[in-house]
Amino acid sequence: MTDMHHPSSTPAFLEVDDLTVRFPTRDGVVQAVTGLSYKVELGKTLGIVGESGSGKSVSSLAVMGLHDLERTDITGSIKVEGQEVVGLSENRMRKLRGNAVSMIFQDPLTALHPFFTIGDQIVEGYKAHHSGVSKKTARAKAVEMLERVGIPQPNRRVDDYPHQFSGGMRQRAMIAMSLVNDPKLIIADEPTTALDVTVQAQILDLLQELQRDFGSAIVIITHDLGVVAEMADEVLVMYGGRCVEHGGGKEVLTHPEMPYTAGLLSSVPDLVGDPRERLHPIPGTPPSLLSPPRGCAFNPRCGYTHLVPGEMCTRELPPLESGGRGSAHLKRCHLTDSGTVLAEQLPVYAGTAMDPGEPAGPTAEPDPTPKENAGE
Amino acid sequence: MFGYLLRRVISGILVLLAVSFVLFTVFAKGPAQPALAYCSKGVCTAEQLDIIERNLGLDQPLLQQYGTYIKGVVAGREINSGTLSLDCNVPCLGYSFKKFEMVTPFLLDRFPATLSIALGASVVFLTVGVAVGVISARNRGKPLDRGLQGFTMLATAIPYYLVALLAFLFLVSKWGLFPTTEYVAPFAESFSGWFKGMLLAWLVLGLFYTTAYVRYSRGSMVEALNEDYVRTARAKGLTDRRVALKHALRAALVPVVTIFGLDFATILAGTIFTERIFNIQGIGLEALQSIGQQDLPVISATVLIAATFVVVSNIVVDVAYAALDPRVRL
Amino acid sequence: MSEPLLEVTDLVKHFPVKSSGFVRRTIGQVQAIDGISFSIEKGESLGLVGESGCGKSTTGRVLTKLYEPTSGSMKFDGVDLAPLSQKQMLPHRKDIQLIFQDPYSSLNPRHTVGSIVATPLRTRQVVPENKTMDRVKELLEVVGLNPEHYNRYPSDFSGGQRQRIGIARALALQPKLMIADEPVSALDVSIQAQVINLLQDLQREFGIAFLFIAHDLAIVRHFCPRIAVMYLGKIVEIGDRDTIYERPHHPYTQALLSAVPDVKQAEVGGRRDRIRLTGDVPSPINPPSGCRFRTRCWKAQDICAKEEPPLLQIGRGPSAGTGHQVACHFAEPNTSIIATPQSHSA
Ligand SMILES: Nc1ncnc2c1ncn2[C@@H]1O[C@H](COP(=O)(O)OP(=O)(O)OP(=O)(O)O)[C@@H](O)[C@H]1O
Ligand SMILES: Nc1ncnc2c1ncn2[C@@H]1O[C@H](COP(=O)(O)OP(=O)(O)OP(=O)(O)O)[C@@H](O)[C@H]1O
Ligand code: SF4
Ligand SMILES: [Mg+2]
Ligand SMILES: [Mg+2]
Repeated sequence: MTDMHHPSSTPAFLEVDDLTVRFPTRDGVVQAVTGLSYKVELGKTLGIVGESGSGKSVSSLAVMGLHDLERTDITGSIKVEGQEVVGLSENRMRKLRGNAVSMIFQDPLTALHPFFTIGDQIVEGYKAHHSGVSKKTARAKAVEMLERVGIPQPNRRVDDYPHQFSGGMRQRAMIAMSLVNDPKLIIADEPTTALDVTVQAQILDLLQELQRDFGSAIVIITHDLGVVAEMADEVLVMYGGRCVEHGGGKEVLTHPEMPYTAGLLSSVPDLVGDPRERLHPIPGTPPSLLSPPRGCAFNPRCGYTHLVPGEMCTRELPPLESGGRGSAHLKRCHLTDSGTVLAEQLPVYAGTAMDPGEPAGPTAEPDPTPKENAGE
Repeated sequence: MFGYLLRRVISGILVLLAVSFVLFTVFAKGPAQPALAYCSKGVCTAEQLDIIERNLGLDQPLLQQYGTYIKGVVAGREINSGTLSLDCNVPCLGYSFKKFEMVTPFLLDRFPATLSIALGASVVFLTVGVAVGVISARNRGKPLDRGLQGFTMLATAIPYYLVALLAFLFLVSKWGLFPTTEYVAPFAESFSGWFKGMLLAWLVLGLFYTTAYVRYSRGSMVEALNEDYVRTARAKGLTDRRVALKHALRAALVPVVTIFGLDFATILAGTIFTERIFNIQGIGLEALQSIGQQDLPVISATVLIAATFVVVSNIVVDVAYAALDPRVRL
Repeated sequence: MSEPLLEVTDLVKHFPVKSSGFVRRTIGQVQAIDGISFSIEKGESLGLVGESGCGKSTTGRVLTKLYEPTSGSMKFDGVDLAPLSQKQMLPHRKDIQLIFQDPYSSLNPRHTVGSIVATPLRTRQVVPENKTMDRVKELLEVVGLNPEHYNRYPSDFSGGQRQRIGIARALALQPKLMIADEPVSALDVSIQAQVINLLQDLQREFGIAFLFIAHDLAIVRHFCPRIAVMYLGKIVEIGDRDTIYERPHHPYTQALLSAVPDVKQAEVGGRRDRIRLTGDVPSPINPPSGCRFRTRCWKAQDICAKEEPPLLQIGRGPSAGTGHQVACHFAEPNTSIIATPQSHSA
């Protein structure tokens, strides 16, 4: 299942293979990530998209070794520069963390410690990986990092506390912190979700610029397809803890081969095209990871199941395989020639008989689009 | 900062004035006839009572009496009773006709003992309580944590006076493992005598409070360990120990400090059981005795002192907040 | 044209800033909104966009008198609401309803969905008590919830469903104006479209006017034929959808649009101007003199610091008559902010 994403010869910097992350809880086992595989090369950006709860953060926390192993079952393999990380001792993992691999978190206000200065927090990571750093060097390093991420008057601002920074500056500081040891892989978990658009644009530019200068690999996690379109060389769509589509950024966004991806694309309005055109939402809600639907996890919300013979969608998990557009574009869907079908046919939703993944909840999020579908 | 402190001090003084006025009214108008306390053996003829009341100014309007009292606190006053005329120095809290002593110097005498108990016990429960709380939080869900939690639950359920009494009876009286408990002035008399005399009281009271502090600090430490910034610290490659002790503990201490401020004030205002059982002449014991004897000046003084401690500790806690958390500006 | 449903003129809302000294003097004002004017026709939706802290929510709250306006007027159905006391406001309350951003905190978790939706009906006694439940079920049905679930609690519902409950509650009194403050920003992408479609259906069916507050420019474009762009307490540009998105005149509008990452844009790959603002929005306590945008504006000249540009009608041309107004000393259209497929092929 995890063969060839890219027939490239250079080994990727990060190779995730058949990663599964589960949380045993009182209510049952949360199957947060199942059988996830991907590779990222130096200098390239992978975008991971998906709705809330689809397992995006959980999978990247696994790469950082940040899960509490007492409460988490992790299987599969994660190789950073060829070194296996799953099952690595905490001591050796710590040598990677913040060093070769670093992470940028979503909300810079809560992700920075309110009681320590920005400078202290930046150099802390530096000191953790370099012994015998003098106070003076440390401070100089912090100022240099702030300068690199474009904070004005870094000399002065280095002694500020996070609450004295604006949202955008905090995220810059966060980026400075993650860059302090020149990491080769940066995982950015929704780095701009908490920010305004104009500031988001600044931060995305900064990330791209840093990547150009230092050739790092970037994994950017987001639910904003626009961000993926601007940033990612490759995109991986997650649904219910699994990868459902994977391929080149532009390729996947323009020629989706999995109904969920297509649904996402048609449910967001955009800046061009006829604004009066109705949106096409995906009915229902994401599945519960405690008891995911049988077969394809998307089947309760999918508008194409009627085109798949033999009720395969509800019976059998579709494999992640290439569709009609070459081996670099993988999709998890039973539909034959799905790319063409998705491009040519609108989804058909069966009445209100949907009850996707809400164990205790009231039945369906009823189909809000009966009007369009009635005649189609 | 200065403006803030000034505002807090002034509002604190207002609170104390209100407390003292309520006290004053209750005692003057309440069922206990103040003059009665000054009769020998509690028996007086009506004339004698009259004379006493006049001597003490108890026949004057309430507000005027209160004014005299407050003036005594700020500026000192003269207390006349029949032939007796005494100078009561600032802060004058009145004269106890039961003890034939000025209240202020009398309580000041008892204060070092209570302060010693409070300081020593605080050292015990803060260090042990926070340390155990942190250990428990860092091992949350594991057998060690469960054990510690169960133990503190159990310990909380045992009444304090029982523990204190048993400790005294067995550790001191029966087995002699601890020296006799008493208060010895540490500087004027003997430091080691002081230490030995207080040790058991510290341990018993300290361990009693410890259970609560284990719970507080475990709770706020668990919360802090789940904060995003703790995850960030781990993502930097810091050791778990450093993450817990530097990043999480600093944040976890903030709520603990608040509770500590109030607890410390309460202990300072007198710990009746401790002083009684371990035979340490502190303020709590005096408060107890004065209530038994209806010694009104002493009762009001102890209540007022307690209120003062609470007011002051609140201000100190706020300043400590500002010191701990740079976002708080006074 | 008949009289607009809502006409806001020079509306100001300042929040006092207190000193921390001994006497808490007022040492400044958060100029949350500072003289905004706009109008909404019956059944129309006006979009209000702008960055965090520019005063969008404050505008919504002042209009519902959750905040008292500092000055200015807001004529609703011919009555100026600004000077009304809370009591005088009561009869108008039911005509203006708010939908909140957060579907989790805006519903009381201890009340059943039925009683949440019924509360406005009961307090207003718009329907007889014995008909209330019928009406509640009807409303639940209208917003696409199963009416038989009226006795469940909010925690039993998903985010999108809770937002529907909030909408049913707002709908109960058949308001003439709905103020939707970021109604979908807390929802998942696939759920957002469900709620947007629902709001559009309701608007068409019941002829409700909307003040639609959002920071997502694509959603606003989709929902609102007219859009006002705010910056630091001021409206800097207001106009119809096509003008704002295809020929924005204000540099801030241009920068805002240019910053939106957009799938279709990347797909089209057409020429798109890339405008990047530097720095952050200044503090509303001490806004820049003259034009408030000048500290981040690449067109700024001396005059921008000296004179505040008034919100002026843009004359003639295709946008005349649609009420296109811009507040900029150097306003000029830019048509290549958004790469349209046409401009690409051209
Ligand atoms: N420690 C944990 N214990 C139990 N369940 C967990 C834990 N961490 C995450 N989960 C669950 O795993 C699932 C995936 O979570 P994850 O944080 O990866 O989602 P996500 O895709 O990042 O979503 P979002 O967009 O909301 O950040 C969720 O259902 C979440 O509730
Ligand atoms: N009750 C209040 N007291 C003092 N200042 C306030 C109050 N409410 C809002 N403000 C300030 O007024 C300004 C405008 O706030 P508002 O909430 O209207 O912004 P917004 O445009 O809705 O932003 P967002 O997109 O973040 O919701 C901000 O600077 C805010 O800090
Ligand atoms: S496998 Fe079936 S249910 Fe899943 S996306 Fe494809 S068609 Fe839809
Ligand atoms: Mg996440
Ligand atoms: Mg708002």
